[in-house]
Amino acid sequence: MGEKETRILGKNLIELLEKFGDIEIENVEIRAEELTFLIQPVIRSLAQAPQLVPRVVEKEIEALLEAEFSPPIEVYPGEIAEVQIGATKSDGGSRRKVIKIGGAKTMPFYSFEATNQNKPVLAVDVFDMPISLAKAVKQHFKDVMEDPADWAKKYVEDFDADIISLNLISTDPLIKDTSPKDAAKTVEKVLQAVDVPLIIGGSGNKAKDPLVLEAAAEVANGERCILNSANVDNDYKKIVKAAKKYGHIVIAFTPMDINNQKKLNRYLLDEGLPKEQIIMDPTTAALGYGLDYTLSLMERIKLSGLLGDSDLQMPIVAPSSNAWGARESWMKSEDWGPREYRGPLWETITTITVMMSGADLFMLSHPATVRVMRKLIQALYGEFDSDQRIQDWITEIEG
Amino acid sequence: MSEKATLLTVYQYLPQINCGECDVPSCMVFASKLLNREATLEDCPPLKDPKYKVQMARLAELLAPPIKEVAIGVGGNVVKIGGKEVMYRHELTYHNPTAIAIDVSDKMDDKKIVERCKAVEAFTLVRIGEYLKLDMIAARCASKDPERFALVTSLIARSCKLPLILCSFDPKVLKVALEKGEVADRRPLLYAATEDNWKEVSELSKKYDCPMAVFAPNNITLLKSLIKTLEAIGIHDMVMDLGAYTDGRLLKETINNLVMVRRAAIQRSDKDVNYPIMAIPATVWIGDKLDPMTTSYREAYIASLFMNRYADLLIMHTLDVWALLPVLTLRQNIYTDPRKPVSVEAGLRTIGSPDTEAPVLLTTNFSLTYYTVANDIESSGIDCYLLVVDTEGLAVEVSVAGGQFTSAGVKDLFSSVGIEEKVKHRKLVIPGLAARLKGDIEDTTNWEVLVGPRDSSQIKGFLAKNWTIN
Ligand code: B12
Ligand code: SF4
Repeated sequence: MGEKETRILGKNLIELLEKFGDIEIENVEIRAEELTFLIQPVIRSLAQAPQLVPRVVEKEIEALLEAEFSPPIEVYPGEIAEVQIGATKSDGGSRRKVIKIGGAKTMPFYSFEATNQNKPVLAVDVFDMPISLAKAVKQHFKDVMEDPADWAKKYVEDFDADIISLNLISTDPLIKDTSPKDAAKTVEKVLQAVDVPLIIGGSGNKAKDPLVLEAAAEVANGERCILNSANVDNDYKKIVKAAKKYGHIVIAFTPMDINNQKKLNRYLLDEGLPKEQIIMDPTTAALGYGLDYTLSLMERIKLSGLLGDSDLQMPIVAPSSNAWGARESWMKSEDWGPREYRGPLWETITTITVMMSGADLFMLSHPATVRVMRKLIQALYGEFDSDQRIQDWITEIEG
Repeated sequence: MSEKATLLTVYQYLPQINCGECDVPSCMVFASKLLNREATLEDCPPLKDPKYKVQMARLAELLAPPIKEVAIGVGGNVVKIGGKEVMYRHELTYHNPTAIAIDVSDKMDDKKIVERCKAVEAFTLVRIGEYLKLDMIAARCASKDPERFALVTSLIARSCKLPLILCSFDPKVLKVALEKGEVADRRPLLYAATEDNWKEVSELSKKYDCPMAVFAPNNITLLKSLIKTLEAIGIHDMVMDLGAYTDGRLLKETINNLVMVRRAAIQRSDKDVNYPIMAIPATVWIGDKLDPMTTSYREAYIASLFMNRYADLLIMHTLDVWALLPVLTLRQNIYTDPRKPVSVEAGLRTIGSPDTEAPVLLTTNFSLTYYTVANDIESSGIDCYLLVVDTEGLAVEVSVAGGQFTSAGVKDLFSSVGIEEKVKHRKLVIPGLAARLKGDIEDTTNWEVLVGPRDSSQIKGFLAKNWTIN
C-alpha cells in the first residue's frame, strides 16, 4: 500500500465522515470494527486489514468548504537588548539623532506575532587611506578616497548612510603604522564632517588595536560611537575600559562559533559593560564562501537570545561588505556577465540573507546596496503602501 | 497522526534482526539514521519482504515529512519540491532545493520560444564541482487564446525536456493545452486553481494526474478553504501560491504569510497548509518602461528574499547570468547539509602532464578550497601535482586554527600516494595561509617547504618567480 493511499484513508476519510456522514465506499466491505479502526487511530486499520483500499466516491461538492486560520503565534521569554548609537547635544554628543538597534521580541520580520521596534540600520565603509577596492565600488569614490572626511560626507549626503564605519587601517604596523594619536585626529575630523554616528575600527592588529581604539574613544568622548572590535586575541579589557569611561559601545567579534561568542560576551559583561553597550559580530562570510554557516549561526544566536539566554541577547552587526571578497563579485569574467551589476548584487544578496537570519546593523560598500536595502527595509516594515496588482501576472508581464 | 516519529517508534516497525544489510550494525542505529534522513526505507532490504508490508506502510507514514513532497514531471525529468522537515536549517537540514522555473510567454514569437527553452535547458554554471542549473519552464498564456497556447506548449515540449508549469487562470486554456499541446504525458504543474475556477482545474488535475497550484493572493483563509475542498475531492498534489508581492506593505504581508503557513504546517501540524510554497519574482516585470538591468537586479534579490523564507519553487523571468549566478549560489549555500562540510576525497591529483621536475602543491579537502585551487591551476595551464590533505573538509585557515591541518597528516599523505617516487625533487608549495606549518612540515617530511601566495589565483606568478630545481 502506497503512501498516497494511506493518506487518503487517513485524514480525508475521517474528515468526510464528519462532514457528510453519507459517503459511499465502493468495492469494499468494511465491518464496523474495522471502520472504528480506520478512524482511531487510523493506521491501526492497516495493521488489521492492509488489503483494504476503499475507493472513496465523493459527493459533489458545490461550494468551497469553510476554513479558518489563526496565526501560529509564539511568545518568547527573552528579548534582545536595545542599543542606542550616537548621542545628540542633549545627551552630551553632537550627532543629529540617536539610532537604536535591537529590542527584538521575535525573529526578523515575523510581525504577525510581535513588532520589532527598531529597523535594521545601514553603516558604510570608509578607510583612512586609499585602498584597493572593487572597481564597481571605487568608481563612486575615486575623488574622495584621499580624505576620509570627504568620503564620509559623500556617503551621508549622496547616499543617505545611517552610520559611517571608519576603518583606521593605516595604523597597521605593516602598512603605515599611523600612531594612535594621529588616528584619533582622523576620527575627530570625520566627526566634524558628518553628523551621523560612527563605528571606529582598527586595523585588525592585535597589539595596536586596543591603543588605537582607546585614543579614538577619548577624542570621541560622549558621542556614543561603536568600537570595532574587542576579541579574545586582543586586550579587550583596555577597550572595554575606554568604552565605559567615554561612553561608547563595543563590538564583540568571534570567528564563527556560538559558544565562543557567548564566552566573549560573558567576559565583556564581567568587565562591567552592560548588554546595552555590546554588539556581536559572529563573522559574516560572503555568499558562496560560507554564508550558509553565517546564516545558521545568526539564526541560532537570535533564537537563543529570544529563548532567554541572556549572554546572547545583544544585537548583531554584519560586515556584509565581505561579499566583495568573493571572486564572483569583482572578477572580470565573460561567463558571469558584467561585474558592475554582479558585484553590488552579490553584496545585496549577502546582506538580505544575513538580515533575514538576524543581523541588525550592516556595514556596506556599494551605494546600490544601500539604496536597495533602505527601500526593502521600509517595505518590510510596511512604511509605504503598494498598489501592486499581481492577480493578472500571467498576461501582464512584459516580454 | 498521533504517534510521533521517535527512535523507539521507528525501531518498533523495523525487522529487528540486526542483519547489517543496511551497512550499519543494528536496526536501532538504522532507526536513528532514518530519523536523521541519512537513510531511506529503501536501504533496508528485508523490509521489502511482503510480510513487512504493514510495517513498511507505517514507517512511510511515520517518516513522511511535515511538508508534502510534490513531484512535477515524469521519468528522468522530474523536479521534487517541498519535503521540508524543519523551520530552521540548523535543526536538521533543508531538503529539495528551491526549483527555479523560467517563464515563456505565448506572445513571444516561435523562434524566440524555441531559443529561450533551449537556453534554459542548457544553462549551466559550475561552482565547487557542482552544476548550477535551472529546473523548469513556466509557459504563460498571455494571449488568452487556448489554441495559440496549445501550439506553444507543443513547441516547448519539442524544444526541451524540462518539467513544465502551465500558467493560465482560464481552465479552458489548460484543457486545450492538455488535449492538444503535447504536454499531458509530462505531468506538468497546472497553475492555478482560484476561488472561481477550482472545480474545472481540479477535474483536469484528476483526469490527467497532474499536480496543481492553488492561488489565493494574500489570503490564507481562502487558501486553506481551497485546499480543504480540493483534498475532499481527492486532490493530493498541490503547490501553494499566496501571491508574492514585491513592494510596500504587501511585501511585508507576503513575508508574514510565508512564515505563518510554514510554521502552522511544521509546528502546529496544520494539514491544510502542508504543501510546498511557490513564489513568482517574475511579477517585478509587470509594467512598462522598465529598465531591464534594474529589473533583473530587483528580481534576483526578491528571489533571494523568498528563498530565505521558504519558497520551494520560484518562477523567474530574467536569463541574465549575472543576476542568476548569485541566486543559484544562494540556493547552493542554503541547501548544504549543516551537519557536515562539503568535502572532496583526499589524495593526489595530476593536473596537466607533470614530469619528475613538476611542482608539488598542497591544499585541503574542503570542496570550496579544492575546486578553487584546482580551477586556478588548470586555467593557468600549469603541469603539476596537487596533494589534497584530509582536513575533515575544512578550509586552509580554519583547519590550521582548529588543528585538523597537521604535518603528520601531510606525511601520511606523502606515503599513501607515493609522491617521492613521482618526482625527483623534494620541494613542496603550501598555501600562504598555512605558513605557520612550514617548519613542522619540513621537520616531519624532510622536504623543503615554499610558502605560496595567500590566494591561489596568484600561483602562476609565484611559480614563475620561485620554482627552480637544481
Ligand atoms: C567559513 C569559515 C568557517 C567555517 C568552516 C567552513 C569550512 N568547511 O572550512 C566554520 C564555521 C566551521 C569555521 C570554524 C572556525 N573558524 Co573560521 N572561518 C570561516 C571563513 C568565514 C571563511 C573560510 C573559507 O571558507 N574561505 C574560503 C576558502 C576557499 O579559502 P581557503 O581554504 O583559505 O583557500 C584559499 C587560500 O588559502 C588559497 N589556497 C588554498 N590552497 C592553496 C594551495 C596553494 C599551494 C596556494 C599557493 C594557495 C592555496 O587559495 C584559496 C582561494 O583563495 C573565515 C574568514 C574569511 N573570510 O576568510 C573564517 C576563519 C578562517 N576562521 C577562523 C577561526 C579562528 C575559526 C575557528 C578556530 C574558531 C572557533 N570557533 O574556534 C573554527 C575552527 C574550527 C575547527 N577547525 O575545528 C579565523 C582564522 C584566524 C586565524 N588566522 O587563525 C578566520 C580567518 C576568521 C577570522 N577573521 O578570525 N570557520
Ligand atoms: S537492513 Fe534492516 S533489518 Fe537489517 S539491520 Fe538494517 S535495519 Fe535492521
